Amino acid sequence: MSTLSRDEVAHVAMLARIQLTDAELDHLAGQLDQIVEFVAGVGEIAADDIPPMSHPLPLTNVTRPDEVRPSLTADQALANAPASELQRFEVPRILDED
Amino acid sequence: MSVTTADAVLPYDEALATYDPVMGLEVHVELGTATKMFCGCSTTFGADPNTQTCPVCLGLPGALPVVNATAVESAVRIGLALNCQIAQWCRFARKNYFYPDMPKNFQTSQYDEPIAFEGYLDVDLDDGSTFRVEIERAHMEEDTGKSLHVGGSTGRIHGAEYSLVDYNRAGIPLIEIVTKPILGAGERAPEVARAYVSALRDLLKALDVSDVKMEQGSMRCDANVSLKPRGAEKLGTRTETKNVNSLRSVERAVRYEICRHAAVLNGGGSILQETRHWHEDTGATTSGRPKSDADDYRYFPEPDLVPVAPAHELVERLRGTLPEPPAERRKRLQAAWGYSDLEMRDVMNAGAVGIIEETVAAGASPAAARKWWTGELARRANAEGKSVSDFNVTPAYVAELDGLVGSGRLNDSMARQVLDGVIAGEGSPTAVADARGLELVQDDGALEAAVDQVIAANPDVAQKVRDGKVQAVGALIGQVMKAMKGQADAGKARELLLQRLT
Repeated sequence: MSTLSRDEVAHVAMLARIQLTDAELDHLAGQLDQIVEFVAGVGEIAADDIPPMSHPLPLTNVTRPDEVRPSLTADQALANAPASELQRFEVPRILDED
Repeated sequence: MSVTTADAVLPYDEALATYDPVMGLEVHVELGTATKMFCGCSTTFGADPNTQTCPVCLGLPGALPVVNATAVESAVRIGLALNCQIAQWCRFARKNYFYPDMPKNFQTSQYDEPIAFEGYLDVDLDDGSTFRVEIERAHMEEDTGKSLHVGGSTGRIHGAEYSLVDYNRAGIPLIEIVTKPILGAGERAPEVARAYVSALRDLLKALDVSDVKMEQGSMRCDANVSLKPRGAEKLGTRTETKNVNSLRSVERAVRYEICRHAAVLNGGGSILQETRHWHEDTGATTSGRPKSDADDYRYFPEPDLVPVAPAHELVERLRGTLPEPPAERRKRLQAAWGYSDLEMRDVMNAGAVGIIEETVAAGASPAAARKWWTGELARRANAEGKSVSDFNVTPAYVAELDGLVGSGRLNDSMARQVLDGVIAGEGSPTAVADARGLELVQDDGALEAAVDQVIAANPDVAQKVRDGKVQAVGALIGQVMKAMKGQADAGKARELLLQRLT
């Protein structure tokens, strides 16, 4: 039984900026459904007295002192940028033309 | 580029006659820590672009964030100062969105587990009454990079061909403080909004956790406004006016939105839930972005950071570091200094409370301290477009100068000359007075001679005084001071003149 609709998969794909064809949507809806079902198995053992876990390590308060450490140089920072100008990362137009 | 026509607005009084405004204020504060929230990059303002970045704040693969301990302590102190409860255990969360101001494609924030929640801030209004603003939460997050838009006619994002991003600001610790819906402010809603942001700014300044400079963007306010028909329970649709960056703008933007909403609702229309942009020059807002499917941020607990669990001992130690609440401090100082409400308000508006406190501690009388800082020094600062703190004048110098006047060595005009020298960097008031040979003539003989001379030279004026027109003596005092080349005590000159003429 399918719990994840095709529309939901299309929505998630849009949020992730992944363009999918109709055929891919059909295909992935089924695959994602299996994954969701698999993970849902956790629900069978999770009782009210077991808090949800977001981290496998029983640690809290891992912090560092507020001391400045060397940064990258601007050249290093921009080394992987496809394009740069005025020592800044160049990015495509942010808003579509209205 | 889209052309926006001016929106219709209803006169404020008419809007308020029909509707109750409801506000929600979100204030973002950049913390004044030396380093960013999750990495050791410097936070210094104004550095060359992209010179304060590293793999963590650039979101390079495999880079791991580590929380800044001081930022957590600042967050707890802010929460305590806002009378909030402090979470015993809370997590960071990823707010996922695609926008180039965050190279990671998510902002590390807090979602349903803020570090501080359920507090309040009492806000003083202009008429002396107090309004309680309930605080929903204060949470930790990180600032975004700064974009420069190229190709548009006005450097704005609309019409730009591409954008240039500087990530120096990305990752600087932010605290977002969110109010509960502010109800019942009625026609004073815009004033309450301004007073709240003002009180919050004072509080954060007193906590010394941020430089809270709205004009530099280290404190920013988003104002949510909605209207409901008077007496109705159900809240109306709200709009969120983003990044209102001065106290005055906060008040104006809220007022504008009230008038605009009222016009739409009265015309039978409905309010679109959207962000609005405030324009200082036109005093109006324009439509930003409607709420859309893309606002599904898919928050989930940040897997690269472990939970923050402030120990009870830490929280109590931090509680011990809280400053006296600004409102209480003001009341205490006003009583101690004997200022009238109006005088105290002037001092507060001039931002001179702290400097006067130091000047009084250095030995000046409260009246003299106020006179110098909000009078002579403020006047000079205004004339030069500076702030009094730009001068070489310390509270100790003002106290010393006041002492020189009080002991009779200087009169007011000489004291102003001494101040010239101090501002010019010639040293302490005593050193300047010595170097410039400024000292009142203490020899009564010379003064008496000048008085007699002036009376003889101005028989008409002298007769007026003899006839009972005491105010005419002013002209004679001026003549005596001139004869003494300013080096005399005007009070004493007056005394001698009156002795002789009455």
